[in-house]
Amino acid sequence: MTPTLQTESPTPAVAPAVAGGGGTSRALRAARSIAAKAVGGLVVLWGAATAAFAAQLALPGDRATVILNVRAGQAMKRTPEELAGVIEQYGLDHPVILQYLTFLGGLARGDLGNSYQQYRPVWDVIGEQIGATFALTFTAIVLAWVLMVVWVTLTAGRRPQVRALGSLAETVTAGLPHYWLGIILMLVFALGLGWFPVIGGTGLHGLLLPALTLAIPLAGFMGQATRAAFETALTQPFVISARMRGMGDLAVRLRHVLRHAVLPAVTLSGWALGATVSGAVVVETIFTRPGIGKVLVTAVNAQDLPVVTGIVVVIAAAYVVANLLVDVAYTLIDPRLRTS
Amino acid sequence: MTSTILESTTETDQRSGTRLRVDNLRVGFTKGGRSKRVVHGLSFELAAGECVAIVGESGSGKSVSARSLVGLTGAGAVVEADELSLDGENLLAFTGRDWRRVRGSQVGFILQDALVSLDPLRPVGQEIGEALRLHGWGDKSAREAKVLELLASVGVPDPANRARQRPDELSGGLRQRALIASALALDPGIVVADEPTTALDVTVQAQVLDLLEETKRRGKALILISHDLSVVARLADRILVMSGGHVVEDGPADQVLNDPQHEYTRSLIAAVPGAHTRGRLLGSQVPPFVSVTSRREPTPFAGPVLEACELVKRFRRPDGTAHTAVDGVSFTLERGETLGIVGESGSGKSTTARIALALERADSGSVRLLGRDWTSLPERRRRPLRREISVVYQDPLSSFDPRWDVARILEDAVGRTELRSGAARRERVAELLALVGLTPEVLGRSPLTLSGGQRQRVAIARALAPWPAVVVLDEAVSALDVSIQAQILDLLTTLQAELGLSYLFISHDLGVVSHLADRVLVMKDGVVVEHGAVTDVFENPAHPYTRELIAALHPLSAAPTTEG
Amino acid sequence: MTTIQDTPAPTRTRRLPRVRWTVALAVGVVAFFALAAAAPQLLATHDPTALDLTASLRAPSLDHWFGTDESGRDLYSRVIHGTRESLAIGLGAAGVSLVLALVLGSAAALAHRYLAGAVNRFVEILFAFPTLLFALLLVAILGPSATTQILAVGIGSAPGYARIVRGQILAARRSGYVEAAVALGHPRGLILRQHVIPNAVRPLVAVFTLCVGQSIVWASSLAFLGLGVAPPSSEWGALLDAGRTYVTHAPWLIVIPGLVIVVLALAATAIGKDIQARLESGDE
Repeated sequence: MTPTLQTESPTPAVAPAVAGGGGTSRALRAARSIAAKAVGGLVVLWGAATAAFAAQLALPGDRATVILNVRAGQAMKRTPEELAGVIEQYGLDHPVILQYLTFLGGLARGDLGNSYQQYRPVWDVIGEQIGATFALTFTAIVLAWVLMVVWVTLTAGRRPQVRALGSLAETVTAGLPHYWLGIILMLVFALGLGWFPVIGGTGLHGLLLPALTLAIPLAGFMGQATRAAFETALTQPFVISARMRGMGDLAVRLRHVLRHAVLPAVTLSGWALGATVSGAVVVETIFTRPGIGKVLVTAVNAQDLPVVTGIVVVIAAAYVVANLLVDVAYTLIDPRLRTS
Repeated sequence: MTSTILESTTETDQRSGTRLRVDNLRVGFTKGGRSKRVVHGLSFELAAGECVAIVGESGSGKSVSARSLVGLTGAGAVVEADELSLDGENLLAFTGRDWRRVRGSQVGFILQDALVSLDPLRPVGQEIGEALRLHGWGDKSAREAKVLELLASVGVPDPANRARQRPDELSGGLRQRALIASALALDPGIVVADEPTTALDVTVQAQVLDLLEETKRRGKALILISHDLSVVARLADRILVMSGGHVVEDGPADQVLNDPQHEYTRSLIAAVPGAHTRGRLLGSQVPPFVSVTSRREPTPFAGPVLEACELVKRFRRPDGTAHTAVDGVSFTLERGETLGIVGESGSGKSTTARIALALERADSGSVRLLGRDWTSLPERRRRPLRREISVVYQDPLSSFDPRWDVARILEDAVGRTELRSGAARRERVAELLALVGLTPEVLGRSPLTLSGGQRQRVAIARALAPWPAVVVLDEAVSALDVSIQAQILDLLTTLQAELGLSYLFISHDLGVVSHLADRVLVMKDGVVVEHGAVTDVFENPAHPYTRELIAALHPLSAAPTTEG
Repeated sequence: MTTIQDTPAPTRTRRLPRVRWTVALAVGVVAFFALAAAAPQLLATHDPTALDLTASLRAPSLDHWFGTDESGRDLYSRVIHGTRESLAIGLGAAGVSLVLALVLGSAAALAHRYLAGAVNRFVEILFAFPTLLFALLLVAILGPSATTQILAVGIGSAPGYARIVRGQILAARRSGYVEAAVALGHPRGLILRQHVIPNAVRPLVAVFTLCVGQSIVWASSLAFLGLGVAPPSSEWGALLDAGRTYVTHAPWLIVIPGLVIVVLALAATAIGKDIQARLESGDE
C-alpha cells in the first residue's frame, strides 16, 4: 500500500457566484467536467490495454512455441506444422501494429482474446468468476467504511490516551498483510471457534471472514486519512459555532465534522478498490473461494498471458468506473466547485 | 459565595436589567500535570441594551474569557470565579446539559468570518434552522418560515433563495449577516461577538458593526471581543483592556478612549495608524538608526523609479470563465516616495504588485524600472536589475526556506557574486541585522522560532540586502498585532528617510495607508477608481467607492484630533 | 513603552518530539534484523539446514523457539538465516521503486510542458494498476525468482511514489521561498539546487523507510501465492509458501514467519512516520 497520503484539498470558489442565472452554466460546467473525466478514463483504459498487449509480446521466446508449451504444460521443440496452426489461429504472422489494432478492436467489442491453456474465450473464463470477486470486494469496502467511520468518530479528538490508541490501531491494521490476517482469522474463528466455515462458500456466512480480511487493513488505511481530517475539522470555527448554538459533542461529530472528514477517504476509494482487488487474489487463495483472483494466480503460474492481461484490462475498467463514482460521491458530499 | 447572595443579587438584577455578572473570573489550563493560568481576574456586569468590550492583543486571554461564559473554554480548562451568573443562574454549577440549554437560547455567539464559521458544506438556512431545531423550536415548516424571517430581519434580501445557498455562494456581507442570524435565532438576551469583523473587507466590517449596533438598540446585552480598539469604539459602553491575562484598564468607553489611564492603553491607542498620525512615529521610542558603511551608491536616475503603464491581467477562474484581475492600471513611483495601493480582497492590488515585481506577466502594458525596460525583458536579462527592487510579504514565514536559519537566509540574499569572501558577507549580514533592530542572537535561529515581528524584520533585512531602490510591501504589516505593526511601520519610516527608499505599499487597511503613503491608488475590481495625494483623496474623495471606504474607516484612525 | 512587546517568541511551534517508546522499540527491531542479516550465525540457535525427522512439526518450545518444520528443521534459525535474502529483496524493491519514482516524478514536474504532461499521464495510467496485479503481470512474463520479485514489487509500487515526488517538487516550486529567491534575482539552476531539490527530497527519507516495509510485505505476498523464491530457501516468503500446506495442523509454520514480516514492516513504518513528524515540525 502507498503509505503517504496525497489528497487534494478542494479550495472554495474564488468568487461568490452571482445571484441567480447560475443554473445553466453550472450544469454546463458539470457536463464538461464529466466529459473530461470520461476522456481521462478512456486514456487509462487505452494505456492498460497497450500494456497488456506489450506484455504478451514481451514473453521471452517464440510466441507460437510458448503458446504450445503453455497448452501442453511442458517445454519442447515444436514442428513447423504444429506452429503453423497456432500462428494461423493467433495471427502471429501479421505485423505487430496490425496485431495491436486487432487486439484493440477486439477489446472495443468486448473480446479479450482466447486463453492459451483452456481453448476458450478469456471473457468466459473471467465472466463465470467475476461475480464472486465483485461480491467480496464490495462487501469488504462497505465493511471497511463502517469500521472506519465508527472507530474514528469514537476515538478522534478525545483524550490523548484514546487518540493514541485510535491511531495506533490504524497504523497496525493498515500494515497487516492480507495473507497473515486471513490465516489468523481463519485459525481463530473458523478452526478454533468454529463460527464460520473454513472453506468460504458463496453464501453470506462464508463471505464474512474473507471480507473482514480485506476490510480491516483498508479501514486502518482510510482511517489514518480520515482521522487527520477529522481532528482538523474539529478545531474549525464552524464546529465551535455549532457547539455555541447548543449542539452536543456527538451530534457535532456526526452532523458537521464527519462530512468534512470523509472527503480524503472518498478520494482514496478509487485507489482502495485496486488495493482490495490485490488483496482479493490472496484472500481467495486462503479461503479457497471462487473468483478471478484464483484464476489469475493459476494463469500466472501457467504463463497463460491472455487471461492475465484480460484480467488486467477488466480491473483497469473497474478502476475507471470506480473513480467516476468517487467523483460523483465527492461532489455530492462537497458541493463546492472543485478546482483542478 | 452562598445561595443567599445569589438570590439577593437576582432581585436587584431584575430591577436594573443586569443579565450577566462576572466577578474575578480566573481561567487556567492543565496539561500533563502542569497548570498555567491565562486569565487572572476579570470582572464586569452586563445589562440589557449595554455593550461591554474586551480588547487585547493575541494571547491576552480575551477569547478564552468569552468562551468560558458558554462553557466552551476547551479541554483541560479550569474556570473559577467569585461569581459567574447568567440571569440569576450560577454558571459555575452547570452540567453539560445545562450549558447546551443556555447556548444559543440565552447566549448567542458570533465568531469571525462566516466563510469559516458557518459549515461550508451546508446551506446557510440549514445552519440557522439547526439552532432552532436543537432547542425544540416549532416544527419543520414553522422553522423554515422562521429562518426566512430571521434572514430578512438581518437585512438579507430575497431570503428564500439565500437560505438555500452555501456560505461560499454568498457575498461577504450577506454571509456575515447569515452568521449573525444564526446566533440571534432564538432571541438570546446576550450576544457575544468574538472578533466579528476580523478578516473582513472594510465595507463589510461597517455593515456588521451597523447590524450589531441595531441588535444592541433592540435591547440585547452585547459582549464585543476584539484586538482592535477602533472597532469597539463605536459600540462599547464600557471597555476592558486586557494584556497577558490581566485587565489593565476598565472604564467607560469615552474615558478609556479619550483619557486612558494605563500606559498600555495609551500606547495601544497611539499605535493605531491613520491620517492623524501622518509624518510622525507611532511609538514613543525612536528606533535608532544604525549608519551603514557598505551601502552601494544608489543608481543615478532622475525620473520615476517605477513606472507602470496600462497593465492588464486576465485569469481563468476554476469554472472556466475569464476574469480581469487588473484592468488598465498605470502609476509612477518617485524616488523616496511611498505609493499606497488600497483595495479590498479581489481588487487586483496584489496582482499589480506581482506584475511590478515581474513575478507575474501582464497580458498587456509594461513596467519600467529606473527608466529602463523591466517587465518586457526576458528573465535572463532582468536578473541583474532585480537588485533594484525587492519585496516583503504578509506572511514572511512561507517566504523563508524551512531548512534555513536566519544567517543562511541573509547571506544568501547578500549574494555570492558581489561579496566573494564569507567574512565580508557575514559583516554585511551583521550590518543588516542592526539596521532592522535585531540582535546577532537571532542568526542561528530558524524563523519558525521567531516572533511575528522578528520574522518581519528578517524579511525587511533580506529585502534591503541588495540595497534596492524600490521595496514592494505587500500587506507587510497586516498580520501583526497593532503594537508590533506600529513598530514595523516606524522602522519602515526611518529606513525610508535614511536610505531614500521608494515604497510600493499594498494594503487593505486605509488607516495604515493614510499614515504611511504620500500618494494613493484606490482599486476596485481591477480598476483604479481614484488616485492622488493621500491628503486630497481622504479629505475630498471623488469616487463613491472611496467615500464608502472612508465612511467605513474606524473612528480611531479616521478622526483626526481636529475633528473632535 | 514598558508593556508593549512583541509576542514572546513561540519557542518552536511544537516541543521537540521526544523519542517515544514505540520508536525506540522499532529501532531495536530493525537493529536485530540488521544483525541477523549481517551475521546470522550469531543469533541462530540451530543449523538451519539440519534435518531431524524425529523432531518434525514440533510446536514452539524452549528448545525450538518458533517450532520445527516437517523435516524437523528449527524454524527460528531458518527465519534468522532467511533475513539477509528477505531484506535484500525488500531493499532492492524499495530501491528500484524509488529510483523509478524519482525519474518519473521529477520528469513529470520539471520537464518541458508537453513532456511533463505525457509523463504525468503515463504515471496516472500505471497508478490504475493495483500493485500486486502489476507484479503478477511481470511474474507471468519473467517467471518466478528473487530478481522478478524485486523488479515486480519495485515497478508495481513506483507509480504511487512517483506521484509523491511530483507533488513534493511542485509544492516546492510554488512555494513562497522559491518566489522570494526569484525576486532576489537568483538564477534558475541555483534555485533548483538550493531550494527545490533539497526540500522535495527531504521527505523522501521517510517515504523510503515506509517503502522498504511495504516492499517486504508485497514481496512476501507474491511468495505466499507461490510466485516468489522457491521453498527450499529459507527466505521468509518461501517459508510462508512452504508453511501453507500445514496451516491446519502446524499453524506456527505460517503464522510465525508472517508475524516476523508484520513486526519488521511495522517497525519500518513507525520509524518512517517518526522521521516524517520530525521533518514536519522543522527539526533536522
